[in-house]
Amino acid sequence: MGRTPAHTGVIMTEITPVLTANIEPGRAPLDCAGYERAGGYAAVRKALGEMSPDQLLDLVKESNLRGRGGAGFPTGMKWGFVPQGDDSPNPKYLIANGDEMEPGTFKDRLLIHGDPHQIVEGMILSAYAVRAPVGYIFLRPEYERGADLLHHAIAEAEAAGYLGKNILGSGFDLELHPHVSAGRYICGEETALMNALEGRRPNPRSRPPYPAISGLFGKPTIVQNIETLSCVPHIVNNGAKWFRRLGLGDDAGTKLYCVSGKVKRPGIYELPIGVTLRELVFEHCGGMLDGLEFKAAIPGGAATMLMTPEELDTRLDFTSLDKAKNRLGTAGVIVIDDHTCIVGISLNLQSFFARESCGWCTPCRDGISWIVDILRDLEEGRGEPGDAELLMREMKMIGPNAFCALAMGAEGPMVSALEKFPEEFETHISGGGCPYERPPALPPQSN
Amino acid sequence: MLTPEERAELDEMRSHYPTVRAASVSVLKWLQKHRGHLSDESMRDAADYLGLPVAELDGLATFYNLLFRQPVGERVICLCDSISCWMCGSDRIREHIENRLRLRMGGTSADGRFTLVPVVCLGNCDRAPSMIVGDELYDDLTPEKVDEILGLSDGTNAGAHGGDHD
Ligand SMILES: Cc1cc2nc3c(=O)[nH]c(=O)nc-3n(C[C@H](O)[C@H](O)[C@H](O)COP(=O)(O)O)c2cc1C
Ligand code: SF4
Ligand code: FES
Repeated sequence: MGRTPAHTGVIMTEITPVLTANIEPGRAPLDCAGYERAGGYAAVRKALGEMSPDQLLDLVKESNLRGRGGAGFPTGMKWGFVPQGDDSPNPKYLIANGDEMEPGTFKDRLLIHGDPHQIVEGMILSAYAVRAPVGYIFLRPEYERGADLLHHAIAEAEAAGYLGKNILGSGFDLELHPHVSAGRYICGEETALMNALEGRRPNPRSRPPYPAISGLFGKPTIVQNIETLSCVPHIVNNGAKWFRRLGLGDDAGTKLYCVSGKVKRPGIYELPIGVTLRELVFEHCGGMLDGLEFKAAIPGGAATMLMTPEELDTRLDFTSLDKAKNRLGTAGVIVIDDHTCIVGISLNLQSFFARESCGWCTPCRDGISWIVDILRDLEEGRGEPGDAELLMREMKMIGPNAFCALAMGAEGPMVSALEKFPEEFETHISGGGCPYERPPALPPQSN
Repeated sequence: MLTPEERAELDEMRSHYPTVRAASVSVLKWLQKHRGHLSDESMRDAADYLGLPVAELDGLATFYNLLFRQPVGERVICLCDSISCWMCGSDRIREHIENRLRLRMGGTSADGRFTLVPVVCLGNCDRAPSMIVGDELYDDLTPEKVDEILGLSDGTNAGAHGGDHD
């Protein structure tokens, strides 16, 4: 059997969908009135009508919401770093991060194109909590149509009184502006993103100062992933305890897992956070394509560590993967089969990081391209004894000495491949190159 | 030189940004969209309009993947070569396009109709391999499907025959 992608069809599971409740494949997103009929903007009415910004902040803290953009930082805690009070710097900014260029990740695409009002509502609430009167939505260029949908949603929300001056009589003002980038992975890193928004070359900035203290135009700035923001209305509507209870392990909420690679039903699955890798691959995604065995998976986009069949029972949440010296990252789960070469995977991933390196610092700019050269030699039969050790030593020097987290991201998959699949590197050296089919074949077609 | 019409459109766009500099990328994108690629003249026009040095704008134009400082074909094919697409055979699609259009990755077909460039993950990994042609996303690619998308289904090699320029 070939693949039957579930991309447009969010697979409904035993849980009632939360973030994807309004998303129906093939149908235009709900307009403002439709969104309101589905319970939308009730959270804005409730928060702006009955809660102070600090009460909202405490609620989000209590909910244990952690950032969905890759780092998993507690959202409420980050909001708490924004200086407040009469003598604090103004304006403060809120930025929705919809750059989504992490390989294997496609969840924000669904949220942007499927339910733009949910993002607008999440931004109104988040901006209220940190008292930011201006918000930007940063989108990768391929989501241009999403930008149109967001422009439209923003105009509708303005007309309905949810955006603009003195929203619902609360005295709180907010304007939102989408910005469509011109494509570069590093723009998703929050300090590079702020340079990008200012029209500067998007190299990352040094931290500290952290953006919550000094960010966009030097003002306090909160950057939040699209999925993180989309959780906030539901927390306001249903409470912190409800959100915490959604998770299966120690983390809270539902999670959009994006599954790609060699499974029968790749796609986006909204599930309680903390499902195991086994459940995700073998139950929800229908297992591996016929004739293929599970060899490895990368749990959260290109910048996370390979997992082996022994790790299938690991929960895919922040806490469990931290314990396993891995990271949930973006929950972009890439499933690798026994016909796919781990050295080839490593070469592809490192080529990605080398190409997308912003070039600002030497360890990353020159180091990762050297790693690529060594891997290419291995693939093409020019490998030498000692190459695996060389890769390990050099890779471990790059990350800690580099300026931003991109290089650390490159280290994870490389080091884990060397540690968990040493025999693949050895066969490339002793066998004079790659023993697998080259280039990789197209997947079988489904009808 | 910018025409008055061009200037009016850019003014509208600029009004959405808090500073002139912040509008830089949008201005460059707009010029590229309407003039094909960012020629030296377009860069000078953008610099005049924004009141910024050309060198600074070049720092942006050379940074972003989808800003082109070199001439490109009428339709730019951005083929994803990131992990999920690679695993699902994107190199086969690349070879097919290279053969059909008689070009190499990064090159333009002899008739000027197509340019092929690699692009990082398009956020469409569950339907790998994926590519963008112009503004349209295409996925679950096969060689046959690619021929259809590029208008090569009649078996001719567009690049070889000089296409529209005959
Ligand atoms: C190289 C790099 C790329 C990143 N790309 C993204 C991205 O596309 N989207 C995103 O939300 N976060 C991305 N991040 C993480 C952001 O820096 C930031 O942590 C995040 O947007 C914060 O939001 P959250 O707490 O809601 O996750 C990236 C980080 C790095 C180092
Ligand atoms: S680590 Fe890489 S991406 Fe980050 S600043 Fe250095 S060169 Fe740029
Ligand atoms: S890897 Fe090609 S679309 Fe994501």
